Amino acid sequence: MIEQFKAKAQAVSAEVWEFDTKQQALEFVKDFVKKENVNNAPVVWALGKIFTKDEILSVMPSVVTDVNKDIASTAHIGITEMDYGIAETGTLVQNSTDVAQRLASSLPLIHIAIIKENNILKDMQTVLDILNPKDIGYLAFITGPSRTADIERVLTIGVHGPERLIILVLKGEV
Amino acid sequence: MTDRFKSSIIEALSNQNLTGALGRFSEAYRISRQKAYEGINFEELRQTIARIKGDAASRQKELVSEFKIKAEARGAKVFVTNNPQAVKEYILDVATKNNVRSIVKSKSMASEEIHLNEALKSKGMDVQETDLGEWIIQLAGQRPSHMVLPAIHMTKEEVADLFSKEVNERLTSDIPRLVKTARKQLREKFLNADMGISGANIAIAETGSIVLLTNEGNARLVTTLPKIHIAIIGIEKLVPKVSDIVPIIKALPRSATGQLITSYVSVISGDTPNIDGDKKEIHFILMDNRRSEMAQDGVFKQALQCIRCASCLNVCPVFRLVGGHVFGDVYTGGIGTILTAWFGELKRSKDIQSLCIQCGNCKEVCPAKIDIPELILEIRKRLIEQEGLSFTQKAIFKIVNNRKLFHRMLRMASLAQKPFEKDGYIRHLPMFLSGLADFRSLPAISDTPFRDKIKSISQPQSTKTVVFYGGCLIDFAYPHIGESVVKVLNKAGYKVLFPEGQTCCGAPARYSGDYDTARQNAIDNIDALLSENSDYIISACPTCTAALKKEFLELLKGSMYEQKALILSHKSWDLSSFITRLKSNGELVLDKTNTPQTITYHDSCHLKRTLNVFDEPRQLLREKGYEIKEMFESDMCCGMGGSYSIKFPEISKPILTKKLKNITDTGAKAVVMDCPGCVMQIKGGLDKLNSDIKVYHTVELL
Repeated sequence: MIEQFKAKAQAVSAEVWEFDTKQQALEFVKDFVKKENVNNAPVVWALGKIFTKDEILSVMPSVVTDVNKDIASTAHIGITEMDYGIAETGTLVQNSTDVAQRLASSLPLIHIAIIKENNILKDMQTVLDILNPKDIGYLAFITGPSRTADIERVLTIGVHGPERLIILVLKGEV
Repeated sequence: MTDRFKSSIIEALSNQNLTGALGRFSEAYRISRQKAYEGINFEELRQTIARIKGDAASRQKELVSEFKIKAEARGAKVFVTNNPQAVKEYILDVATKNNVRSIVKSKSMASEEIHLNEALKSKGMDVQETDLGEWIIQLAGQRPSHMVLPAIHMTKEEVADLFSKEVNERLTSDIPRLVKTARKQLREKFLNADMGISGANIAIAETGSIVLLTNEGNARLVTTLPKIHIAIIGIEKLVPKVSDIVPIIKALPRSATGQLITSYVSVISGDTPNIDGDKKEIHFILMDNRRSEMAQDGVFKQALQCIRCASCLNVCPVFRLVGGHVFGDVYTGGIGTILTAWFGELKRSKDIQSLCIQCGNCKEVCPAKIDIPELILEIRKRLIEQEGLSFTQKAIFKIVNNRKLFHRMLRMASLAQKPFEKDGYIRHLPMFLSGLADFRSLPAISDTPFRDKIKSISQPQSTKTVVFYGGCLIDFAYPHIGESVVKVLNKAGYKVLFPEGQTCCGAPARYSGDYDTARQNAIDNIDALLSENSDYIISACPTCTAALKKEFLELLKGSMYEQKALILSHKSWDLSSFITRLKSNGELVLDKTNTPQTITYHDSCHLKRTLNVFDEPRQLLREKGYEIKEMFESDMCCGMGGSYSIKFPEISKPILTKKLKNITDTGAKAVVMDCPGCVMQIKGGLDKLNSDIKVYHTVELL
């Protein structure tokens, strides 16, 4: 399943990395931020079910976990933890009812999305059986970075949403 | 046809940006669409969608009230109305109450349908379209030329000029930089907007949710940043259950742009907080605007199955030349013609419906299984019921309906044309008719029609008989095709009968919406063709075969003739299928040709898409020893479309030009097809080019 997910996500310009431990993933984020973050812009992390605030801050003390519109709109990198993946299309799925999740994943130029390998499912129907819109205010499916072909049909990445989508997959039972 | 409409067509055709961009897109689209559907049973998928949406159309009222109850229970405000004016008033009212000054919108056809932006702007509000293409169009003060790619007619240089003005800075035409500029400009608007307006791709009744699909991510911002969100939902977007959205989401991006899925799919319900944690103010407006009336219409109900992918635009040989502007309204292309006739009024579609050449490409790719060509014919029919036929059409069909007079006139024409004829072609016509022959030569009307010729052919005295239905073109312009038919059937031991009472198959009348004439043609032909006691009725014209096999039945449903039409349908064959059958029965052996050569094969619209025959003629030709080099888009229309090429020679000509290029590019020395209409168009076009490529009906090579 992970192989199909990876291939499909990469086919739409997402970058996919795999990690054996949570710690490795955190270290990757830390290095990535060091390398990619420009002008010391804030890095926002909308908390989810995978990492605790303490785990994050112990590695990256300057990360902002209390995400609001003002900070997210100045952030260069936004990090969110996703609920499920869809192998068939390389899609990430999240109950994004909490606005912070949407702000962190839609306003910054780079979106880092973390997902557990075990939560990568076959197709959309399988996900909808678990995340039913009847219980969810805002259910989001994200596949690759923001894109357009509205000028001369030339595919251009990064219109209103992120221009890079980096997916970190936590392997096995992590 | 209004002069304004005619001149808008001429204008579109001479716009190189438009025809160039649309043409390239349409050619690339067919390939990317096909790739996107790899591994998916398209037929099954579209049947599922047709079933879901067809069922939803039958239960519209019920779904509207279920959606309302469910959405309201989750905290959304729901407004249901049939009146477009009321939609605008409702939105203005919400805006006024909340001191809304600035609005961001993600793409909504429903809002364009009711001209919402103008209404909001007239109250001094700042309204920004945020879909990049829509924003470009808004800045340019134009209308979208395509439902999915609104600014496809504009060059990057034009976009650079527009953006430069907007940001007061000279920008180059570098596309990624232009996109960045739009991001920056619109980001400010997003962050400061008081209200977001969206449409909905789907609405789910059982949960009171809407589904939005975008690639740019603008809908996520429109529905997240402003404190108020209003969604305008055409009631045909309703489906009963959550699971119903899956097949639609599977098909929509694949059919729209050849993507497996859009970058973003959002399912939004009423119980959503806004950015400061309060409950968000969400309004769902369910707009009817004649959709419920459509659901009551036995014929047009199926148009409500549309999921707005615009694939009917992308594969249309006419749309890719003229683009959306000539449609003069929000909805464009095949489905747009139908929606305009309803959401506007029937007579608004009078000119645009005539653009349809009835090639059937759109029907083949529609993911909602809508028979768009048939619905457009229905519009024609109703327009005629409402307004009557034009004087000329009435006169023509009166003649066609009187077989003896019609045939006498054709014989007279063979004499009258003499001054213009040379080696079997008419290359120039006098004055007002000259447009008809300036891009293709027309065949001269034969001195001796086939109906006379066949009497002098000596045939085997066999008990095995076949009734041959000639059709006008073979009978009066290409009798030699008929002679080839006789020859090959004789070889299989069949005697060919030609009942004299046969007449025009009625297609011209039917395609013009004159069903009365078409019905009379059907009855005359049934009487004539069933007068001989033969098991087989063969035609070498796919349009005629389609009439014999399918359309007579439709026309005569419920009449005394229905049973006879059914018998006729069972007995009728297109030539290539019948020969294939004779071969597999062992009744006919095809000898190898003495002059094997490389040929290319053109699929005629009605053979490929109405009769689903495309492999048979190829197999027959290969067996004869011909090598087939396939041309690009072999099944794209040649631009003939019966009287279409007479009504719109300016459109027929560039369609033909494309076809001729595709034929020539193969390097083949001959092009073969099963339809005498296509023979007429393609032969005439090649003759004008002084090309030495030969044009044959398949039977001529057998």
